[in-house]
Amino acid sequence: MKTPAVATVIDAAAVWAALENVKDPEIPVLTVVDMGIITEVITSGAEGDMQTCTVTMTPTFVGCPAIDVMKKSIREEVTRLGFGYVTVNVDFENTWTSDRMSEEAKIKLEKFGLAPPVVIEGELTEEQLNNVRCPHCHSTDTTLRSAFGSTLCRAIRFCFTCQQGFEQFKPV
Amino acid sequence: MNNEALKDLLYKMADDALIIGHRNSEWTGIGPMLEEDLAFSSMAQDKIGHAQALYQILHEILGEPEPDKVAFLREEKLFKCCQFVELPIGEYDFSLVRHFLFDHAEAIRYEMLAGSSFQPLAQLAKKIKGEIKYHTMHADTFLKQLGKGNEESHARLQQALNFAMPYALGIFEQGPYEAELAVQRIFAGEEALKTRWLEKISVVVEAAGLQLPVVAADKIVYGGRKGFHSEYLKALLDEMCEVVRTDPEAEW
Repeated sequence: MKTPAVATVIDAAAVWAALENVKDPEIPVLTVVDMGIITEVITSGAEGDMQTCTVTMTPTFVGCPAIDVMKKSIREEVTRLGFGYVTVNVDFENTWTSDRMSEEAKIKLEKFGLAPPVVIEGELTEEQLNNVRCPHCHSTDTTLRSAFGSTLCRAIRFCFTCQQGFEQFKPV
Repeated sequence: MNNEALKDLLYKMADDALIIGHRNSEWTGIGPMLEEDLAFSSMAQDKIGHAQALYQILHEILGEPEPDKVAFLREEKLFKCCQFVELPIGEYDFSLVRHFLFDHAEAIRYEMLAGSSFQPLAQLAKKIKGEIKYHTMHADTFLKQLGKGNEESHARLQQALNFAMPYALGIFEQGPYEAELAVQRIFAGEEALKTRWLEKISVVVEAAGLQLPVVAADKIVYGGRKGFHSEYLKALLDEMCEVVRTDPEAEW
């Protein structure tokens, strides 16, 4: 069936909804919206092919190698809505911290087997890094094995109760 | 705002990050234990990311060539990194001590720059300082553990510290624009950074049971910021840039 020739204006809410389809390639249970990396969506008022959209994102880690993949996926997903032109900017105007991650995202992370980031009060200290719940057995008797893990955003921990190693999304 | 002053500041920071990042990556696969292999590899990835973000500001705002071009196609004498980051990784004791000394300087530099009047740099610094916290925490943990480990680990760290200190002080080599950058509230300057750095590292060095060596002013290794490098930089660049230089226009 052909799309009707009536030109419509796409609003920002539709863009935000579309962004829910873009996953973080390193953590496939989370969308870019869950992660809190989308800082702004602007749609122009023009209609049809003339309408443009600008999405701004801010990286979780400056050297994150997944940024380019996410940029590309965001552009594809948003273009599909029918915009004539889509721009995806990456900037640091709004600093990403793990507190930008939604509560829902943290629950999804734990179910995925990745301990969610703890909320940082003031300056990050080693003590703050120690109060982490094991995503497998929910014991808090865990310890930091390495602040560096399989991706820039993960640390490696060990649970004394279930004797399992696990990964944590680092608070930053 | 003086663009030359900004370029000088950004290039030295970016070049330091790129070169120490490359050195860190040389531990990939050969770290003394898995966690350290991961740590140096992850820090390498962070540092190179920081370098790229700084080169990006140079490109977008100050009209310099693209990040890949300046990283891989510049001549050795145009690099502004300090000689400290150029030194080979040596044994783990030296790499750990360098990581400790260098990363504390970086951490404080970014803390200072988070309040810079040059917005793009202030925004980036705000982000990077959170990441570097993990680097300094890692360095402090191992310095303290090994400084108070056994006789050999203590002796090795002390020796590495004695060797590294004259180079580490070279990080703070003054540039031609110190006063200007300070007046315009872009960066308070190398001297201010050095003072804060000495305070910070002294505490950890003491907690590790080590002694901070006293270095005579004429023994400090300067030159890198002005393009005078150690014999090691050329060899590093030849290796790091080998593939890109075979076909600079290739699409990746």
